[in-house]
Amino acid sequence: MSTTARQRWLTWFHTRPSAQAAGLLAPGGIWLLWFFVVPLVVMLGYSFMPRNQFGGAVPGFTLEHYQRFADPVYVTILVRTTSYALTCTALCLVFGYPLAYAIARGGRWRNFLLFLIVLPFWTSFLVRTFAMIFLMRDTGLVNDWLIQLGVVAEPIQILYTPTAVMIGLVYGFLPFMVLPIYSSLEKLDMSLLEAAEVLGARAPSRFLRVTLPLSMPGVIAGALLVFIPALGSFLTSDLLGGAKQMMIGNLVQNQFTTARNWPFGSAASFALMTLVLIAVMIYLQVRDREEAAA
Amino acid sequence: MTHAPQTREAASVVVEFENVTKTFGAYTAVNNVSVAIRAGEFFSLLGPSGCGKTTMLRLIAGFEEPDANGGIVRLHGEVVNKKRPYDRKLAMVFQNYALFPHLSVEKNIAFGLEMRSTPKREIPDRVRKAMAMVRMDPDLFGRRMPAQLSGGQRQRVALARALVLEPSILLLDEPLGALDLKLRKEMQLELKHLNRQLGTTFIYVTHDQEEALTMSDRIAVMSNARIAQLGTPAETYECPRTEFVARFIGESNFFHGVPTERTTHGWGVATDEGTTFLVPNHPTIVKGQRLRIAVRPEWLDVFRRGDVPSDENVLGGTIREVIYLGETLHVLVQIAGGGTAAVAVRNEGQLTRPLTWKAGDEVVVAWKPEDCQVLEND
Repeated sequence: MSTTARQRWLTWFHTRPSAQAAGLLAPGGIWLLWFFVVPLVVMLGYSFMPRNQFGGAVPGFTLEHYQRFADPVYVTILVRTTSYALTCTALCLVFGYPLAYAIARGGRWRNFLLFLIVLPFWTSFLVRTFAMIFLMRDTGLVNDWLIQLGVVAEPIQILYTPTAVMIGLVYGFLPFMVLPIYSSLEKLDMSLLEAAEVLGARAPSRFLRVTLPLSMPGVIAGALLVFIPALGSFLTSDLLGGAKQMMIGNLVQNQFTTARNWPFGSAASFALMTLVLIAVMIYLQVRDREEAAA
Repeated sequence: MTHAPQTREAASVVVEFENVTKTFGAYTAVNNVSVAIRAGEFFSLLGPSGCGKTTMLRLIAGFEEPDANGGIVRLHGEVVNKKRPYDRKLAMVFQNYALFPHLSVEKNIAFGLEMRSTPKREIPDRVRKAMAMVRMDPDLFGRRMPAQLSGGQRQRVALARALVLEPSILLLDEPLGALDLKLRKEMQLELKHLNRQLGTTFIYVTHDQEEALTMSDRIAVMSNARIAQLGTPAETYECPRTEFVARFIGESNFFHGVPTERTTHGWGVATDEGTTFLVPNHPTIVKGQRLRIAVRPEWLDVFRRGDVPSDENVLGGTIREVIYLGETLHVLVQIAGGGTAAVAVRNEGQLTRPLTWKAGDEVVVAWKPEDCQVLEND
């Protein structure tokens, strides 16, 4: 390209904001289109396909895979999944908020504490979940301590119970609750708390009337960041919960692997996605109402 | 300067510092300060940033407490060193206003009333009254959020939020700093009027000397964690005690010399340039000990050599520059043997009656002996 042609092309590009936007969107957009949208459409197609007698999907249209969710077995899985995700979110909030608050007020320790929160991400989640098995099994560290301290005489069953799944989920997702709450608390203008104090507010009122409302965006973001992946988690329930604690993620995984029922696996995936969409819609409602109030 | 008799003054003191010291690590923010602020006065803490004026205010508010053995802070005669801000029953306007961004104007103003358990049915009325006091329409602004207000409106809300509590003491931390000049002048007068009208003691922190002169009954000029001078605006402007005060409030010309002989009217001072001038008597003058004097530009005059009235002090020099300032003109005179003196000349209209002085003219700078201030060492 000659200099003038190149310049002309650059001028054309710089005077067209839409061309610039397209240039910026293209790489990520194409990636998502090819590796997210296309597979999603394929899966949606699969979820409506009938199966032949060997279990393979064949062209056609049926709603039978979705209708199977009326079966009490699957209703139980859906309810269990939702309640685990909700409980996990609530526990993460209960443990995470004070933690985030302490870090935000941590002064010179702040960066070190944040580093500790992020530290677990240096190891794979799978490895960490295996480590939890060693902690929670009958001959694990937790039972050893409980027996040595004389709290219990016999090892108590922790592993393969709902408690184990919940411990694993909360452990895994806690950082996703702490970080957004921390970031909204860290931005909190300290002079607002001083203003409240001069106006007569003691510590509990200052927290309830100023700190908490102003950190709500962080709480909501954290709740979503925990709730959505908790809904779709399968590793934790698989390793720590055993067969009895099946969540919808495990169902999807089984259908695509051992059960070789791709259409039903696809339908289960879309059922999961529906749950996520409901959560996001509730979030958007809450946010809009808050913005309307603001 | 005490105008009121001692007993009456003691009775009306609302804030008292007794040898108060506050340090932050190795840094001393307030160093052994004693001061008494009287009921109803407009009291300014004036000084450059880092002089300790904000720490003084925070000591009164209760955000800081004096060092152990760091003196006593009293409010209405009661020692409050350990008392938390929420128990002090005073009000404060913050530098950045510190309005609660998630609460409407009404709710911001009502916050303090709710915290101090005001009966619920009284609150709306008092909020409206407070808004009227700062000249804001309650119907128009009551439901707006702070983000929907201009800087000046936020300022008024912050003021209303403090005044609604009907405090006996109102602390103001550079509240007008973020406003433009015109609005600032307007608010200065309004604050002054509110102070008169409500009888509330206003304690005002500022680094703006003009603001302090305009509004205050008394000014404490602070420097290096201490009060350099405490007095009325006229006292601080016309009798600056130290060079720091003279430089910080208004402009000054500084001359120095050695006092050589005492006359009936004052002292004769020999300058380095070999001339002499007279200064009024001052307790700190010691014969033979170098002294510094300050003369305000508006108290200096420029004369042609020989035209000077006989009783005035003179220094010879050459005009370097004439600066147009609007109300006044500053004639900068290079003094023979060192230094520059700024002489303020009233602007009589440069288009109709232009000043005859121009750069390069040989002139003398003159002032009446009583128009200079003998400065103490900082």
